[in-house]
Order: sequence, then structure tokens, then C-alpha cells
Amino acid sequence: MINIEKLTKDFGPFRAVDDISFEVKKGEVLGFLGPNGAGKSTTMKMITGFITPTKGDAKICGESILDAPISVKQKIGYLPEGAPAYPDMTPFEFLHFIAEIRGFTGEDANVKVNNAIKKVNLESVIHKPIDNLSKGFKRRVGLAQAILHDPEILIMDEPTDGLDPNQKHEVRELIKQMAKEKAIVVSTHILEEVHAVCSRAIIIAQGKILFDGTPDELSARSSFHNAVNLLLETKDDALAIEAKLNTLSHASSVEHAAAGDNLIRFFVKPKKGVSILNDVNELAASNHWTVKELHVMEGQLDEVFRDITTSSSDAKGVQLT
Amino acid sequence: MNMILAIFKRELRNYFATPVAYVFIVVFLVLTGVFTFYLGGFYERGQADLQPFFNYHPWLYLFLIPAISMRLWAEERKAGTIELLMTLPITTSQAVIAKFLAAWAFTSIALAFTFPIWITVNYLGDPDNLIILTSYFGSLLMAGAFLAVGSCISATTRNQVIAFIIAVVICFGFILSGFPMVLDFFKSWAPQIIVNAVSSLSFLTHFTAIERGVIDLRDLIYFASFIGCWLFANVIVVDMKKAD
Ligand SMILES: Nc1ncnc2c1ncn2[C@@H]1O[C@H](COP(=O)(O)OP(=O)(O)O)[C@@H](O)[C@H]1O
Ligand SMILES: [Mg+2]
Repeated sequence: MINIEKLTKDFGPFRAVDDISFEVKKGEVLGFLGPNGAGKSTTMKMITGFITPTKGDAKICGESILDAPISVKQKIGYLPEGAPAYPDMTPFEFLHFIAEIRGFTGEDANVKVNNAIKKVNLESVIHKPIDNLSKGFKRRVGLAQAILHDPEILIMDEPTDGLDPNQKHEVRELIKQMAKEKAIVVSTHILEEVHAVCSRAIIIAQGKILFDGTPDELSARSSFHNAVNLLLETKDDALAIEAKLNTLSHASSVEHAAAGDNLIRFFVKPKKGVSILNDVNELAASNHWTVKELHVMEGQLDEVFRDITTSSSDAKGVQLT
Repeated sequence: MNMILAIFKRELRNYFATPVAYVFIVVFLVLTGVFTFYLGGFYERGQADLQPFFNYHPWLYLFLIPAISMRLWAEERKAGTIELLMTLPITTSQAVIAKFLAAWAFTSIALAFTFPIWITVNYLGDPDNLIILTSYFGSLLMAGAFLAVGSCISATTRNQVIAFIIAVVICFGFILSGFPMVLDFFKSWAPQIIVNAVSSLSFLTHFTAIERGVIDLRDLIYFASFIGCWLFANVIVVDMKKAD
């Protein structure tokens, strides 16, 4: 439903978005990841028709944002970064204004506004000026505005930024609920969000796509992927235990970290493509270690993220010099 | 059309959402009173007309209209709501027209509140009410011209104070170009055709013409095309500057 074709945006001599192409289908939730200044917001602004691309095009349900901006904007619900809304209006007035602009009148408008209010739990504040609302409620007003017309395409720029953990959870639940009938793009720099809501992730840095795949593929890139996390209660020397773990034929490397009184945590990374859980388990049993925890790790996303995004800037540095 | 109406209503309500609107109307009325009765010598003239009242309108508008128009776009840009507005299914022209019309409607409301002066002059004497009506009409057209300038300038900046100052300066130019002193200056060296061109650019020239009670097509065309040109520029400026 969303087809991004070679989108590029220059601000003067500076290239903020560099030749980005991707596709989002109905039912997909695309996580748009990247460090600050990566070009996430700029890309979203081009998709939603707020700024014109220097090159390339965004097609929504087959229609180009450049050729048919109005018709495309009707199909999109957009939550801009920071959820801007008119501060002097109440959520009730504001949502009715949005409904009117989107062409709903009379009872139809009331139904749309009420549904949106219910979906994001705004009931308690609908008659207070938006200016006086907390950050969490302001964000919900923005969300309500974006989903009011039940759009096929939903584009949200950092919808959970600055919310407390409960509010984050609510927003993620809401996104998951809506995922089935829509194509959704969510930008974030919070990695846990990827596994929580996204069916696919794209990582961009300095305007370029560096990774495009499922969250599982992303964690598979971690050196901790399938590593065994072992927590032992022991008075023994950590290095001695580490040496024993290293003798396992499937282990590629072992790290340890103190984890409290007589507690030591070990990370045993396996060689590529093999499982090491059983080996570690047997070794622990034969040595009579007191095992407090033993499990296989998914992989550490922040490690992968750092890896992907910093290696690109190194590469760029080399090119420049 | 619905979209224009929706934005128009939101904008107009926005004026009255804060005390600023009421303060503005009071200031407007007090100033018209001062200008008319003290500076204009309304009683001393001993004539039953509203000339002293209308004569000061260009000067009143010079400062009051940019105060109305300064927030139109600068505020949206500052608050970031322009991103919301311009990603709704509306064209830039619709947004520009709706905002302009709302500001114009607000000005008409302020102008309508001057009706006690009209009642006074009818109570005191026997004025030509047709002339008064055309003068009101001319004043409103002139207000539209001021507003179109102000709206366009408001889109160039996020800062309302800057929008105000620049709009005052530009509008001052369009008043001055019809001022006898300025025209005399041009007459001393420039051919008549240039003097006429400068003079015909002025609000004053066209407003005084209408104020005499004659609605000439040329004056209507002047104000209509003046507003049209500035709003056209406004659309271009919004498209250029909205994302900065
Ligand atoms: N209007 C603009 N003018 C100049 N540079 C801009 C503009 N908007 C964004 N940029 C630059 O483009 C880069 C990408 O910004 P942005 O898309 O907001 O990043 P992200 O949302 O990923 O944090 C940044 O370096 C930013 O400074
Ligand atoms: Mg951003």
C-alpha cells in the first residue's frame, strides 16, 4: 500500500535523505529506526506531502503524493513529531475541526469523534484546553486526530517519545490492535519497541537504509544471538569457570560480569549456527555449580543498532578522507 | 468549500478564544473616537457627515490590521501546527483564503461596532447615508488590502513581532505613495505617467475616491487585484517556508 521510490531530500548542500526505497503492505507495522538526525522525520514528511522530495516519489495505494496530494492525504493518518495541536482548543473542538476538514458532518462526525476519543481514552479531558493537558494526553489527542477517519495508512513519528512506561504500553497496544487492516509506519529510536509492535524494521542513518528485515533477523545479527546467559552462585574464581566454559567445543567466546554477592553472570556465545544450551547445562551439572539462571538470549538489539549505525559513519569517514 | 469553512470557523473562533479580540475591538473604538472627535474636529466642522471618521481609517489600519494578521501563519509555524494543517486534505490556497477571510470577518465585526458614530451623526443632522455606506464598504476593502499584505508577511517568519513590523512598513509605503507630499516630490522630476502609476498604487487614492460616495470599477479592480496578488504571493511563501 505504501511504495517509496528512491526518495531523496536535500537541504541546501546537505543530503538529509538519500535514495530511500521500501514498501509496506497491509497488515505490516514497519518500525523506522535510526539515531537522531538520521532522516526519519524528513522521510515521513515527504510521504505525507508536507515537504516535496528533491528526487523520487511516494505512492500510496498506487497514487503519487506529487500527482494527487489531496487524494493521498485523505488516505493517510499522520501523527507529526511532538503531536502538534491547536493549544487554545479543547480536544473535543479540535477533533470536530479535524472531522469537518475530513468531510464528516452531523451525526457521522459525532460518531467518528467519539470513536477516536474512546480508542485513545481521552474521555476525562475532552473539555479542557489542549494547552493545559499533560504530555501523555497531548500525544493521545494527536493519535486520536490521526486515526479519526480510520485511514488505510497510518504514519506516526515517535508516537511513544516522552511517555511513561504505562502510556508507552497503551500506545503499543493501540498500534497492535489496528495493525491488521492498515499499513503502519512508526518511527522510533527506542529499540524495545521493535519487538513489541513491529513486523518489520528498517534502520537508517545519515539518510541511508542500512538494514531492512524482520525484528528476528535484526536480533540474529547480534553476537549475543543464541548465547547462553548463565547465573551462578559461587565463591570460585570467575576466570577459572570461564576457562572451563571455554573448553566447550561449540563455544566461541565467554564473558563474565559480577552480579552481586557471590553471584557471577556468564555469557557463553556459540559458534555460528549451533546451540550450546545443552553443553553448558551438562558442564554445570558435572561441576555441581549452583545455577540460579540459565537461558538462551535473543540477541541484544542495542548492540546491533550501534554496530550498524556506527560502522556506516566510519565507512563514510574513510570515503571522505 | 467545506474545508475553507472549517478553517474559517476555527480561525474566527480563535480570535475570540482570548481576551485579545475584545481588547482589540475596544482599542479600535477608542481610537476611532479620538481621531474623529478630537483630531478630526467632528463637531467644529458643523457638517453632518462622517468624513473625519473615515479619513483616519488608513492610519488606524496601519497599526491595527498588522496586529490582526501577524499571527495568521507565524503562530502555526512556531507551534508546528502548520505540519498538521498542511498534511490534512486541503490545498495551500484553501488554507490561505480561509485564514484571510476569517481575519477579514473579524475586522468587519470591529468595524460594525462603530455604528454609534453613525447613529450620532444621524441624530445630530441629516447626512447622506448612501455616502456613509459606500465609505464603510471602501474602508472594508482597504482593510482587506492591509490584511492580504499582513497575511503574506506573517508566512515569512515564525516571529509575530517581526511579522507585525514588516507589515506596518510595507503598508506605510502603500499609504505614502498617494500622499500629496510624496506625489509632489515625484512631480518635480518624473513624467506624469510615473506620478500616476505611483499614486494609483496607493490605498489612499482609491479609498478617498470611494469615500466620496462613488464606487468606480477601477477602484474595485484595484483592491481586488491587490488582495489577489498578495494572497497569491502568500500561497507561494507558505509552500516555500512551511518546513523551515
Ligand atoms: N528544514 C530543514 N532545513 C535544514 N536541515 C534540516 C531540516 N529539517 C531537517 N534537517 C536536517 O536533516 C537531518 C535529518 O533530520 P530528521 O529527519 O528530523 O531526523 P530524525 O527524525 O531521524 O531525527 C538532520 O540533520 C536535520 O538537522
Ligand atoms: Mg525526528
